[in-house]
Amino acid sequence: MTGPDISPPATAAAPAAPSDERVREIGPLRRFLARPEFGSISGAVLVFAVFAVTAGDSGMFSAEGIVNWATVAAFLGIIAVGAALLMIGGEFDLSIGSMIGFAGMMLAIPALYWGWPLWVACLFTFVLCAALGAVNGSLVVRTGLPSFIVTLAFYFILRGLSLALSTMLTGKTILSNNEGVALRDLVSSDYLFSTLFSGHVLTGLFNAMAGWGWIAARDGGGALAIGVPKVVVWWLLLTAIGGFVLARTRRGNWILAVGGDANAAKNTGVPVARVKVSLFVVTALCSALFAVLQVADAGSAAADRGLQKEFEAIIAAVIGGCLLSGGYGSVVGASIGALIFGVVQIGIGYTSIDNNWYRVFLGAMLLAAVLFNTYIRKRVALGRR
Amino acid sequence: MSNLDHILELEDVSKFFGTVIALNGVTLRLRRGEVHCLLGDNGAGKSTLIKTLAGVHLPDKGEYRVDGRTVHFKSPREALDLGIATVYQDLALVPLMSVARNFFMGREPRKKLIGPFHVMDHDLARRTAIEKLADMGIRVRDANQVVGTMSGGERQCLAIARAIHFGARVLILDEPTAALGVRQGVNVLKLIRRARAKGISVIFITHNVNHAYPVGDSFTLLNRGRSLGTFSKGEIAKDKVLDMMAGGAEMQTLMAELEGVTI
Repeated sequence: MTGPDISPPATAAAPAAPSDERVREIGPLRRFLARPEFGSISGAVLVFAVFAVTAGDSGMFSAEGIVNWATVAAFLGIIAVGAALLMIGGEFDLSIGSMIGFAGMMLAIPALYWGWPLWVACLFTFVLCAALGAVNGSLVVRTGLPSFIVTLAFYFILRGLSLALSTMLTGKTILSNNEGVALRDLVSSDYLFSTLFSGHVLTGLFNAMAGWGWIAARDGGGALAIGVPKVVVWWLLLTAIGGFVLARTRRGNWILAVGGDANAAKNTGVPVARVKVSLFVVTALCSALFAVLQVADAGSAAADRGLQKEFEAIIAAVIGGCLLSGGYGSVVGASIGALIFGVVQIGIGYTSIDNNWYRVFLGAMLLAAVLFNTYIRKRVALGRR
Repeated sequence: MSNLDHILELEDVSKFFGTVIALNGVTLRLRRGEVHCLLGDNGAGKSTLIKTLAGVHLPDKGEYRVDGRTVHFKSPREALDLGIATVYQDLALVPLMSVARNFFMGREPRKKLIGPFHVMDHDLARRTAIEKLADMGIRVRDANQVVGTMSGGERQCLAIARAIHFGARVLILDEPTAALGVRQGVNVLKLIRRARAKGISVIFITHNVNHAYPVGDSFTLLNRGRSLGTFSKGEIAKDKVLDMMAGGAEMQTLMAELEGVTI
């Protein structure tokens, strides 16, 4: 549109000419390179390749091994989806980890000490966390303060509350039973709760596969890997929903617009405040879901749960291609970022490598991802060199 | 004394910010289908004037009429609903989003997916964006192209085409050519011509007489919050416009000092 430089005016008369000599053809490879998921996909390929070589015959890629790292990835993936959407919307939430600890307590205390049915306590937890997310979001939107500082406040407030409230109400900071009632029994006896949050799916298929000798079986005949844990199902479901909303819906366009340039979004009629607050609520709900699934899995709640999870979620989102400045990123990428986490965290145990290298690897991965994202944004997305 | 020839009328409008008199009894009448250039140097009150027209500010004194009816806009949205669209200098475009996504930002077309669920109609958005831009003589090969890769002129054109598509009867353009090179500036001027040919009335804010003169039907000059009057093209020569804008005699002296500088 800078106008034809060479062609005479006669040929320039057709306004919608199919080609523009000023626009370079972009091949499919370059298109793939420009996708926000590219970094995480190549990272995942690399990580799988490394472990296939170093731990290929150690059982890491057996059914139990896969379930093992998939579970770790799934827990992180659930909060990474929320963190990614929020980051694409231009904000951060540093209170994710504290929210996890707090939510677990808010589930366990009413169920164990106040005699609430577990599903009621669960509903209470989700509503409470959603409300806290809304408070976080409203504070950021109303005051115009960076979300970094507002949610840092909640990072301390919620962690402190989990410890203080549980000590005040129960005298303990780790809750698994009270007066002979075990949390684990409450979980298994609450049909609604256990159907949604506890146990596995596809157990029949796994047993059948064990029967055919495809995967390892126990002495009794059932599969060694019981089935696909429900947390994995939640993770995949949330990733699919999050990815769909972002790419295909009006709400997704709003999230991108709000994160890309909040002022421009406002001037074109996007309800900026509502979008941002709702993203904080979604992130808080993801933290609550993490906590509920963890309580169901562990049979206990502890006030120090979820420590540093906010960082892991943000790192997964960044590995997944989300820009720290907002407006660009991918939910699917963030989930693949979480997968990388799970594979490395569990995979290292299958190799002879010292576990402490895990954190070194994470830091290096984060740095590489940020550098790569910045480069890609300049080079491909904005066409600069 | 309203006149239906005029789509917008500001009658003796003043606007104060504390002790500052931003506008002092300004009268501006925009005829239907004309390009009305609003000229003035920095601090002349151009921004306050367009923000008043756009519904951001309510005038403290005087009257604002649209189609002969007095209006009191509480928000820019209300002005927009009457077809008064303002393209500000920041253009309200998101560089990291595609042409199609930007074109429909805040007004996304939707189609039914299943039951109560709707999705954004990306095909329609892409097709419409390309089509409407082509209508305005702008060629975009790929609606998925990211706006950040476009030049300043292309972005300006995109923002204007968007405003026209969403039903603008009056386009208020805030210094659309200010940051552009010669060729791109000309493209924007062409676009203003096209908009007028479609029957859209345009208020074109600029301090560049060379851009204003070729496309303008009438000119209003602002200086230090006051209107120096409105002139139709036949009434006033380009040099005279420039003269009044720059503060006449003062500028002449300065020019003489800066030896050899001519405009």
